[in-house]
Amino acid sequence: MAALYEGYTLCGLAPAQNQSNSGVLGVEAERDSDHVVVTDSTRSVTLYKVSDQKPLSSWTVKQGQTLTCSAVYNPQTKEYVAVSDGKVSADVWRVHCVAGGEPVVLFKRGAVRLLDALLSAPQQPIEEVLAQEESIRWSTNIVTESQQFAIFTTEQKGDHFLYLQRLNPNTLQRYRLEREEPGLSPLSFSASYRDKHIRLLYLYPNGHVYQSVVSERGLVTDEGGQAFPLPRSLLLSLPVGEGLLEAASAQALDEAHIAVVGVPHPSAGSGKDFLCIWNTNFQTLQAGKEIAGKIYGQLWSFWNKLFIPHGKTLSVIPYECPKSSLASALGKMRQVKTEGELEQICSTATTFDTAPVEEVQREVDLLLSRTDIQDLQPSLGQLASTLVSRTLQDPAFYTPSSLAQLVHTRCLCHSVCPDLVLLALERKDYFLCQLCLQFFPDIPEAITCACLKAFISLEPDGVSFMETLIARERGPDGLLNGFSPTSAAEYRSDGLGGGGTRAQQDEEMTSPPPEQICPVGLHKAVLLNEVLQTAYSDSFLLPHLKDLSSQQVVLFLQYLQFLYLKYSQDAFPQTHGLRSPSLSQILDWVCVLLDAHFTVLVMTPEAKGLLVNLHSFVKSQVRLVSELGKIEGSLQELNKMTAKKDVGQYSIEIIELF
Amino acid sequence: MGEFKVHRVRFFDYMPAAIRAMAFNRRTERLALARADGALEIFNFADNYFQEKVIPGQDGRAVEALCWVGRRLFSAGLNGEITEYDLENLRPRYTVEAYGGPIWTISAVAYSLSGCVPCQVGCEDGTVKMFEVLEDRIQFQRNLDRQKGRIISLCWHPSASLIAAGMMDMIRIFDVETGRATHRLLVERGVGASKSKEVVVWSIAFLSDHTIISGDSAGKVQIWDGLTGTLARTHLVTKWDVLALSVSQDESSLVAGTSEGTVVQFQFLSSTLDGQNKDWVRTRTFKNHSHDVRALVHTETAVVSGGMDTQLVVRPLLDKVEKNTQESAMRKMAFPHRSLVCCAKKAGLLLFQFPDHLELWRLGESDGHGNPGDSLPVKRKPEKLIQLKRKGEDHICCSALSPCGGWLAYSTVTSFRLYRLQNNTISITKVSKLPKDLRSAHQLCFSTDSSRLFASSINSSVVVVALNQPECKYLHTLKPKSGSREPVHLLFASEDGKWLATANTACEVQVYNLDKIKLHCTVPVYGSCPTAIAIHPTSSNLVVVHADQQIFEYSLVQKEYTEWSRRLQKQGLHSLWLERDTPITHVTFNPKHPAHIILHDMFMFCVIDQSLPLPEAKTRLFNQMILRSLPEPMRILHRHAFKMCKTFQNLMCVRLLEDHSLVVVERPLLDIMSQLPAPVRQKRFAT
Repeated sequence: MAALYEGYTLCGLAPAQNQSNSGVLGVEAERDSDHVVVTDSTRSVTLYKVSDQKPLSSWTVKQGQTLTCSAVYNPQTKEYVAVSDGKVSADVWRVHCVAGGEPVVLFKRGAVRLLDALLSAPQQPIEEVLAQEESIRWSTNIVTESQQFAIFTTEQKGDHFLYLQRLNPNTLQRYRLEREEPGLSPLSFSASYRDKHIRLLYLYPNGHVYQSVVSERGLVTDEGGQAFPLPRSLLLSLPVGEGLLEAASAQALDEAHIAVVGVPHPSAGSGKDFLCIWNTNFQTLQAGKEIAGKIYGQLWSFWNKLFIPHGKTLSVIPYECPKSSLASALGKMRQVKTEGELEQICSTATTFDTAPVEEVQREVDLLLSRTDIQDLQPSLGQLASTLVSRTLQDPAFYTPSSLAQLVHTRCLCHSVCPDLVLLALERKDYFLCQLCLQFFPDIPEAITCACLKAFISLEPDGVSFMETLIARERGPDGLLNGFSPTSAAEYRSDGLGGGGTRAQQDEEMTSPPPEQICPVGLHKAVLLNEVLQTAYSDSFLLPHLKDLSSQQVVLFLQYLQFLYLKYSQDAFPQTHGLRSPSLSQILDWVCVLLDAHFTVLVMTPEAKGLLVNLHSFVKSQVRLVSELGKIEGSLQELNKMTAKKDVGQYSIEIIELF
Repeated sequence: MGEFKVHRVRFFDYMPAAIRAMAFNRRTERLALARADGALEIFNFADNYFQEKVIPGQDGRAVEALCWVGRRLFSAGLNGEITEYDLENLRPRYTVEAYGGPIWTISAVAYSLSGCVPCQVGCEDGTVKMFEVLEDRIQFQRNLDRQKGRIISLCWHPSASLIAAGMMDMIRIFDVETGRATHRLLVERGVGASKSKEVVVWSIAFLSDHTIISGDSAGKVQIWDGLTGTLARTHLVTKWDVLALSVSQDESSLVAGTSEGTVVQFQFLSSTLDGQNKDWVRTRTFKNHSHDVRALVHTETAVVSGGMDTQLVVRPLLDKVEKNTQESAMRKMAFPHRSLVCCAKKAGLLLFQFPDHLELWRLGESDGHGNPGDSLPVKRKPEKLIQLKRKGEDHICCSALSPCGGWLAYSTVTSFRLYRLQNNTISITKVSKLPKDLRSAHQLCFSTDSSRLFASSINSSVVVVALNQPECKYLHTLKPKSGSREPVHLLFASEDGKWLATANTACEVQVYNLDKIKLHCTVPVYGSCPTAIAIHPTSSNLVVVHADQQIFEYSLVQKEYTEWSRRLQKQGLHSLWLERDTPITHVTFNPKHPAHIILHDMFMFCVIDQSLPLPEAKTRLFNQMILRSLPEPMRILHRHAFKMCKTFQNLMCVRLLEDHSLVVVERPLLDIMSQLPAPVRQKRFAT
């Protein structure tokens, strides 16, 4: 993962009065990785030893003269080249020199000359390449294995062009950059050469970073000066905070990383005073650093060091970009929340700490009315746990509907607010328990068991408490878990409570065998069904199941038996509108219950009938399976009959060709 | 189109011998392969992997190693001899005793500037012997320092100044100049019970950067630094032996064959992006064999492997070939590319050729008729009439049975034998007086009326003898004008006795006029080797099928390609036809339907109806199932010339008898597998 290291100051700056520019004309590489040449916008050129943060030598032009472009070092001749007052034969835009190439002079009107050629004939005519009203915005110089390039971009009436000037032999290509939103011009350019292609990276004020790739060999030059459209690809869409970017710059560091200065850090508000390294392959932020003082949108990088003028200093920030992997790239936050959202959540959290129930409810309503609720997932968890911890501390405080609403967003899970389920059980808020069981994917077996225990031993008054809860505060859905208030009124019953339901009465009319009567009331059944559908692992569940009393086990087994019988019939009458456990879930629970309590059940007289029944199920299942096996065998025989018959050593056959 | 009564024969117990050694000649793209019975085979990798030449084996000749020196092929074996082969006359040229006990390995420098190519053998007695390869023989030069323990494997350094020798428990590096051993690399033994067993360095490779790679009986592939004599890396690839190694020519990839039947690939790769610090990394494992992989060749694009399970496998490396092309398909070569079965179509007899004997069978009979798909009751079972053991220690290289079933001939590289058969009484009499020109043959063929025997002899010539009782008489020798020295591998005498067609491995097809006893014409040479030839009984058109699956029909009367042949070439054969990976080994005609050509490869037989339109590129080539399901009037719309039948598999022979019934001889690969010894025990789940 890329990293930005602790930076240090290379030198102080004398920015212009209005702070519009940094006072640095340019930073250029010198003989090795530890030397740079800094040209300031007044009159001096200074050579620095970077690691010592110390100037080695400095030159100044005469009073009255100014340096018009940054001085460059020519490693071949060990000379420095600077242009004062912008003039040779015509106005000079810049002089470029990179290792392995000769110094190149780029004139303001687009002509390019090698410095040697220019000096040998100083009075030579310099042609005008650019059109009227076209002016250079940025330029650089690239040396590839076979060629030297002068590359520059121009602007003409809002259109931007890229010029690719090959030297020796000289050819020129002109490309037109695609237009961004009207009125937006690129803030910065950076060019790099890799795999026989020149890659141009440019940043727009709206935070879009584009890359255009041009082959080193290029197209056949068109003498007509026609500009080819330059294809581009959007590498990154950087967050810009409020408004557009003004002084920002993007620099390619390697094939996957770019450094950006003057752009907000995604998780630190809208301040634009940050230096960030982004991975363009995975679109992830790799490193970020706040830069004190004004940022001028200037950025240079040489030998794993970034040079940034800011405020009144020029800083050097070493960085590292190892080859990235998806895992390392994912280490940092991918998408980002704006400051506003964060503020709102923080203020909501404070509300939760102190405010009365009604206000909390209002805040939650407000929060959940947002459309981007899924993006707030981590914050919601925080809010929910704040709410839970306050409820735990303050016995008088409880906001059942707010919690239910939060759970219902499906953004929460057990590990985010581990106390929520137990809190709901403690407060006898079975509706919330049910929601949690339904929506939390990670409830531990101990908690599942605690719920089960609570549900089985639910007294009728408990249920009625729940009913009143439901009647008072309807959930966001009319029908939750087949548990709508109307049906609740209709099916008010509990097997233990002895109140007859209509369903039961219906069944009683046809006087079914006792095991076909539901041993628990509908509400209890719904809650138990939810338990049956939670994920668990046998070995973790088993020890907790042993906590159940034998009465509880018998009742639960009776219920499971009832469910099993219902399933064995053709149509399960209660499936409509209910989240029902599957047959295998039921059987798994029967097994794990029997495993946990077998010895106790054998000794319990009430369980005897139950066990006998279960035994007969098993017997019938075994018989069924063996019958199926027989059928499978016969069908396989059928299959074999159609298969090719075995040929012996010799046969005489008739075949027909068509 | 028609019904066929098919005699489906599965009693030919053909059993190929295990592959012992291979050597690939990168210049000519020929693979030389030695089998356990001493037989040698030459495959042309540039021509659809066609098995061009077979040199029959010999009792007691156990080839342990092969090597090419230019176009010359040498072998060395446990009999202690070095043999050079005559690839034109398909026999050993000479044999030199090395006087060092059994020879385990032979190695020659890849190229030599001096012109005199040294060649080395590693012997049981611990000597490395240097031989000089002269123009017509090899000559012993000297011994390198004698070592204790046998020399199992050898490899020259490309500079030809050093030699690495794999031995028991160690590797030695010799300086060729002085003959002294400069380094001794100790190879660790296996762990556990095998600790007490000597480890055998089965195979060794010496790279130009002085890296030595060894494969040993403890299952290790080890990378050594040959300059310092230190071990750089050990890869444990199997619990059993690593038997063979082969390095690609650019030394970037290495394959190792194991006793488990796997081939493990290593590649010289850099673990970092900048390409520095390259290392041999285990990359792929191929499992194409059930038994030991004894011989391996790493060609530019493929791994070629062979071993105990007798199959030659060409496994293309998918990073080196274009995907989903014919080139990227794996090939398994299980059967010889020539027929080992001869059928007397008038007499209903089959002659099976084995290396050491011949079997003559009479086909069974059934009565009555049946519907397509039925098996008819067998009234008379097939019967083995004669089992004829060959004389001498040379293996049989060719055999033939006359159409009437009255004559039987076979040849080894040193002798030729002819027998007179009386089928009714099942008696066999050897014809004792044979013309002296008939000493050995590459291929044999009887005329349809059984009055002539044609035997292909040296320099592409054919000896013609007349068969009269009780003796046979030399008539003349037919010679091509081309002066080719390549052996004739295909012979066909026309039904009317007028023509004899021959094809040799130089891709030349000659047709002789037997009435005038002279060369009638030479078919224009096509770039791929002919795999089957036949002359039509009535039209006298010659049909030639080549290793690249192309079919040509040449009119002997007009001496030009026929109209149908031109049409076929113009339209092109169907892509599925061209993608088949076994050659057509026999062509015949159906006298009832003159427009029908019957041919077969290992996986199908095909009736080409020249009167029907040729299948176009988009037409379904294998359309028999569809045609069967269609009503008769609809079939006409979907018919095309190629009627292919895949009912019978692993075909050794398809012939049409005179009574218009077909004989197909199948040899299921499973039957071959079941006769192999048990492979090394492998732990499988729940065993």
